[in-house]
Amino acid sequence: MDNLTLKTTNTWCPGCGNFFIFNALKKAIAKKKKENIVLVTGIGCHAKMADYININSFYGLHGRAIPVAQGIKAGNNNLSVICSSGDGDSFNEGISHLIHAAKRNNNITVIIHDNHNFALTVKQFTSTSPKGFKGSSTPYGSIEDPINPIELMIASGATFVARGYAPKVDHLADIIDKAIEHNGFSFVQVLQPCVTWFNTYQDYNKRVTEYYGPSNDKSKAIELAYEEKLPIGVFYKKNKPSFEDLLLDKNAK
Amino acid sequence: MQKEYSIIVGGAAGLGSKKAGNIIAQLFSNLGYNIYVYEDYQSLIKGGHNFSLIRASSKPVAAIRERVDFVLALDEPTAKLHFNQLKDKNSIVYNADKFSFKYGIPVLAGQITKEYGGIDIMQNTALVGAFAKVIGLDWAYAKKVFKKEFSVSTELNINIAQSAYKSSKTLISIPKISNKIYPILSGNQAIAMGALAAGLEAYVAYPMTPATGILNYLSLVDNITVFQSENEIAAANTVMGFSFAGKRAMTGTSGGGFALMNEAIALSGQSETPLVIVDGQRMGPSTGVPTYNSQSDLLHVLSAGPGDFERFVVAPGDANEAFYYSALAIDIAWKYQLPSIIITDKDLCEGTYSCDLEYKSSIKSKLWNGKGEYLRYQNTKDGVSPMAFPGNVKAVVKGTSYEHDEFGVSVEDSKKIKEMQDKRSKKYREFHKEVSKLKGVNVYGNKKSKTAVIAWGSVKGSAIEMAEKLNIKLIQPVILSPFPKKQILKAINGVDKLILLELSNSGQMAKLLSCNGINVTKKVLKYDGRPFTIDQLIKIK
Ligand SMILES: Cc1ncc(C[n+]2csc(CCOP(=O)(O)OP(=O)(O)O)c2C)c(N)n1
Ligand code: SF4
Repeated sequence: MDNLTLKTTNTWCPGCGNFFIFNALKKAIAKKKKENIVLVTGIGCHAKMADYININSFYGLHGRAIPVAQGIKAGNNNLSVICSSGDGDSFNEGISHLIHAAKRNNNITVIIHDNHNFALTVKQFTSTSPKGFKGSSTPYGSIEDPINPIELMIASGATFVARGYAPKVDHLADIIDKAIEHNGFSFVQVLQPCVTWFNTYQDYNKRVTEYYGPSNDKSKAIELAYEEKLPIGVFYKKNKPSFEDLLLDKNAK
Repeated sequence: MQKEYSIIVGGAAGLGSKKAGNIIAQLFSNLGYNIYVYEDYQSLIKGGHNFSLIRASSKPVAAIRERVDFVLALDEPTAKLHFNQLKDKNSIVYNADKFSFKYGIPVLAGQITKEYGGIDIMQNTALVGAFAKVIGLDWAYAKKVFKKEFSVSTELNINIAQSAYKSSKTLISIPKISNKIYPILSGNQAIAMGALAAGLEAYVAYPMTPATGILNYLSLVDNITVFQSENEIAAANTVMGFSFAGKRAMTGTSGGGFALMNEAIALSGQSETPLVIVDGQRMGPSTGVPTYNSQSDLLHVLSAGPGDFERFVVAPGDANEAFYYSALAIDIAWKYQLPSIIITDKDLCEGTYSCDLEYKSSIKSKLWNGKGEYLRYQNTKDGVSPMAFPGNVKAVVKGTSYEHDEFGVSVEDSKKIKEMQDKRSKKYREFHKEVSKLKGVNVYGNKKSKTAVIAWGSVKGSAIEMAEKLNIKLIQPVILSPFPKKQILKAINGVDKLILLELSNSGQMAKLLSCNGINVTKKVLKYDGRPFTIDQLIKIK
């Protein structure tokens, strides 16, 4: 066991995509100063990261990881603040915070463990579930079209937008590392198979393709986000002063 | 003999009655008078009827009377609505360019303003200038006050005021009564300043009357971090983030926004992360009447948030207390790592008071000494776990909304759940012990009277004068949670008639008292959004 893993009991289902994301995160931060990293999580299977990782963490409320992260970052600008959030967490319950953090260009990193369902509450559809998703509250299939996370984040003003695939750990670790180093709001959608409720391994293994970006063209990035081939990589990146840069500048006045 | 004057200045929104009221307050304050200003305005930007009632007195005051000595009417509705309140019908100063009136002193405010090239809103300056002459102030004194009050277009405003002053006449001569001049501040300003006195480093909020004034005030303060969040849920959670990073932060709202913060309040309880919230009550339920007053959030504030946890709740009764108890609320939140709520109300938030601010404290938060492994939820003897913050090489700091072990990892084991609940109970016992030694109840009036009124929040102001005039006792609880039962029992010892005064329809303080085995004899309730006047209260039997 590495020194970033706690000796707690891991309760993820064997084969869960979260294991890969956990490994990728540890890999991304392994060379960074551990004391200056804070992981903030919402509530859901994804959020258990807080109980497994041996770094500073705040295991907050469902949907509210982002505002906590924002307070931590504004409170101590030396810290790197990373949110592990679910699709239910940030595209349902807390979507307003996500959009506003992207709009403000808060210098935090949001990793969405996108398993296209509320897993911990035993399989209900979320904002990223495909139309027709059969969950416990939609036995005949969801009648709603999903949100495209990448498109929404680009439209909201995020300055770093990427997609990773959980089993491609090295690729994902590299994206997370870049996201943390980015000065501004960085968003990483991770395609996360949920073996128990929505097993997408086979489908994704066939479709996922690596894309070598990033582009600074919004429409190109959005096009990529809709591609059947499921590109992964950094779709969009833009340099712009972060919220904290401007805020601390204002404080100094 | 108490020397006092009441003045109403009113007009439609956009005519500058509030500013005029501020200047009148300053004219009296600088002569050594104690000031209280009640603001009555509607939830609109133009039109309607707004007024300020300024009471200047040789004794400290924080309430209004029904009869007034002067009315300054920026428009006709003001003259018509408030004429009956005048003690002398000729003591009305009005804008004669807008309407004609049978009595009083006409001021050609429109004409004067135009003559000097001013804009319409400066007609309020003309009325105030004329009023300075009416109350016999010499021009040099008035000019000095105006100069300070008009930070923009200073010259122009002074010219307008002087011209109106010259055209006016003197009815009485207001004497200077003291050389001791107190600053005048709104309750919101006092709350903000109190928070700063306790080391506030950040304020995050979403606008909602009557707490918005705190956000606006702090936005102008240097060296603290202030921003507006996307909603109240974000505001409360962002404050938690600041606290977790080791920075003292606060948020403020009214009932509706407070309701949105409920989950975060419980998070503060569970994660033992300080959370300080100002709830400025207004007339509810729901959106209610946004700019009028009520004290009906009490039970909500005392019980908000799911689960068993404790909170510190203070209800200051005037600006001095708002300053003191806001500072205290922060210190307590940081010492015991729990939610602290400052419950105020519209008339306290937005009313203006002569202030004498003071806060000294020896309450310190418990910080980690850096020895051994850091345990965020260390089960110490007093239940208070030392705090450390991210960025510390020697500590891994884990805060959580789940029940947890000492390190901060989730637990579901029955023994461990109970252990951590018991740890917090130990902490709460310490917290109760310390709070019971703080001043939680004030007693005024005739301390031997068998009749006592009990009042909290801004009602304190009118209740004090009532108690003095009727020679009865006033009991004012200021700390509401943990409930200062011993102090209340001591205060009601020997009382056979206990009357609750509250701005609510149900008498929420009576419910709180009855939970603690104390029953009121009678409830005097007002729920029309307006404050109790002293005149109403002294009729109570
Ligand atoms: C305010 C609130 N509402 C509902 C819940 C119940 N709840 C717990 S986890 C969860 C869904 C989590 O879904 P997601 O964020 O996608 O995470 P996953 O479990 O799929 O990783 C819900 C609805 C809660 N904890 N808090
Ligand atoms: S339910 Fe799905 S997301 Fe949750 S642990 Fe199991 S596989 Fe992973």
